[in-house]
Amino acid sequence: MGRTLAEKVWDDHVVRRAEGEPDLLFIDLHLLHEVTSPQAFDGLRKNGRPVRRLDLTIATEDHNTPTLDIDKPIADPVSRVQLETLRENCAEFGVRLHPLGDVEQGVVHVVGPQLGLTQPGMTVVCGDSHTSTHGAFGGLAFGIGTSQVEHVLATQTLPMARPKTMAITVNGELPEGVTAKDLILAIIARIGTGGGQGYVLEYRGEAVEKLSMEARMTICNMSIEAGARAGMIAPDETTFAYLEGRPHAPKGEDWDAAVAYWKTLRSDDDAEFDAEVVIEAAELSPFVTWGTNPGQGAPLSASVPDPASYDDASERLAAEKALEYMGLEAGQELRSINVDTVFVGSCTNGRIEDLRAAADVIKGRKVADGVRMLVVPGSARVGLQAVSEGLDVVFKEAGAEWRHAGCSMCLGMNPDQLAPGERSASTSNRNFEGRQGKGGRTHLVSPQVAAATAVLGHLASPADLAAADARTPAGV
Amino acid sequence: MEAFTTHTGRAVPLRRSNVDTDQIIPAHWLKKVTRDGFEDGLFEAWRKDPRFVLNRPEREGATVLVAGPDFGTGSSREHAVWALQNYGFKTVISSRFADIFRGNSLKNGLLTVVLDQKIVDALWELTEADPTAEITVDLEAREVRADGITASFELDENSRWRLLNGLDDISITLQNEADIAAYEAKRPSFKPRTLTV
Repeated sequence: MGRTLAEKVWDDHVVRRAEGEPDLLFIDLHLLHEVTSPQAFDGLRKNGRPVRRLDLTIATEDHNTPTLDIDKPIADPVSRVQLETLRENCAEFGVRLHPLGDVEQGVVHVVGPQLGLTQPGMTVVCGDSHTSTHGAFGGLAFGIGTSQVEHVLATQTLPMARPKTMAITVNGELPEGVTAKDLILAIIARIGTGGGQGYVLEYRGEAVEKLSMEARMTICNMSIEAGARAGMIAPDETTFAYLEGRPHAPKGEDWDAAVAYWKTLRSDDDAEFDAEVVIEAAELSPFVTWGTNPGQGAPLSASVPDPASYDDASERLAAEKALEYMGLEAGQELRSINVDTVFVGSCTNGRIEDLRAAADVIKGRKVADGVRMLVVPGSARVGLQAVSEGLDVVFKEAGAEWRHAGCSMCLGMNPDQLAPGERSASTSNRNFEGRQGKGGRTHLVSPQVAAATAVLGHLASPADLAAADARTPAGV
Repeated sequence: MEAFTTHTGRAVPLRRSNVDTDQIIPAHWLKKVTRDGFEDGLFEAWRKDPRFVLNRPEREGATVLVAGPDFGTGSSREHAVWALQNYGFKTVISSRFADIFRGNSLKNGLLTVVLDQKIVDALWELTEADPTAEITVDLEAREVRADGITASFELDENSRWRLLNGLDDISITLQNEADIAAYEAKRPSFKPRTLTV
């Protein structure tokens, strides 16, 4: 019988297999950041262990970093200590680090791919659940806890139980105006926040094949929000074209050998998945969340659901609590929801294509009165690229704030936070209670919806902007 | 890691599904660089409400958390496990745990027990009606026992053995160092390196 893509990559990394034990997997790339690593380095020190493979390890600063005044000392003393701890640990153990201010600094899941370090068929781990992003290249990439970070630092391996596989096939083409973010939000709403538990998701089908590399990263990034540790997409010409010429991409004969291997990385026709989900792309439209977990979403054209409509008692209770927290009424149109803040950025939607898409919508328009819009590039390089294309000017002229790179308001570990009761349209990945600041209310959206929402002041798509233009006679 | 064999204690019934790790320990607590001192951050937002179950005087000293389905979703932060342990919890019972949280818990000796939702419902009813009711989680027998309730649970033999003996994963793996070296010797040259060494 044939094997799935996940099984092929898994099998290629088994260091040791023994009856009654989890497989011991080799890890090709270990990404570090300041939040989940300090206790791991402490463990190494306590046991007198070195980092086994410094040449497969790289660190950057992202979660705590401010997005303003980055040339000044960090104001929050606790954040400062955490960043200094990473710098000290990297210096002591010899780990390559891209600190705040470095041209390669940024959100760890934006930095790996842009350096060409993330490649097909690799195992990639990081103490961050959105490591699933890197699966977009056709590797196995998953988030780990701090104990596992220490384990990988010390051994370059992880004992792992073999996951099940789920195929998510998206037939047909995405309609005009429907993005990768809408697609993944719709998938999560369909299978639920626990639907992917124990599985590696493989996204496939015509709509997925037509996506750019960056859009594929958006999809794989949010696999964890469906409960799956990893999501992956088979590599193809789009993948190879993205990688060729990047700083760490193979060169010369190595490139040819790599591409020959990468071309074998697809699920065999007779491979069997443990579960399959089929989505018809034509049925999709811009999608937003209304609740407090990423599965609580609906098409933008819909209304806030009535908790009473849920058969399952725990889902009903969750919807009731979500509406209470979000300050929403059942039956209210999603388009009628006003926001205070719009956030464009994060490892989900902080890459150059995302910034271009948002800029394209907002160009020549103004952010609505009373709305604050933050645009935070996923990495310093993305920021430089955006500046070279004049996108920063587009955002600033519209009245948005153009910031430096980092995780920023996705989780508000730095000063970029919502105030209690404030409501955001956010291109990030989690709408959990308090995620973007204590008492803050989050609606997850695509970059295009974020930009249109900023202009109109309520949840809206670019199509709504055009409709609003048509209602306003020219020159008025 | 501290070994886990059997534990008996009073319970906190937490009737919520999808308790994500941002609720268990909010992000601003993650700036600490130690594994301890997270107890005051546990369920910080909900604890501001005096009616929240953890604030009830009769729940003081409880060590068994009985939670709704999909406990521990979201972020990979191991701080969520440390916060539960720092607060005094020894074990968490739910019908479904998020994968990363589950892995983190078992590596720290916090036993996460998966039981059918019907049993969780029964444990909720029992411990809500009688806050002094005790629950025993017996890893040797793979069994949860409380007044009128006996339920067996599954845990793979390898995880169980490590928990019962309080074994550290890294030293187990390093016993197979020769296998790792052999694998490294045959990795293809096109695989990327972060440093030239």
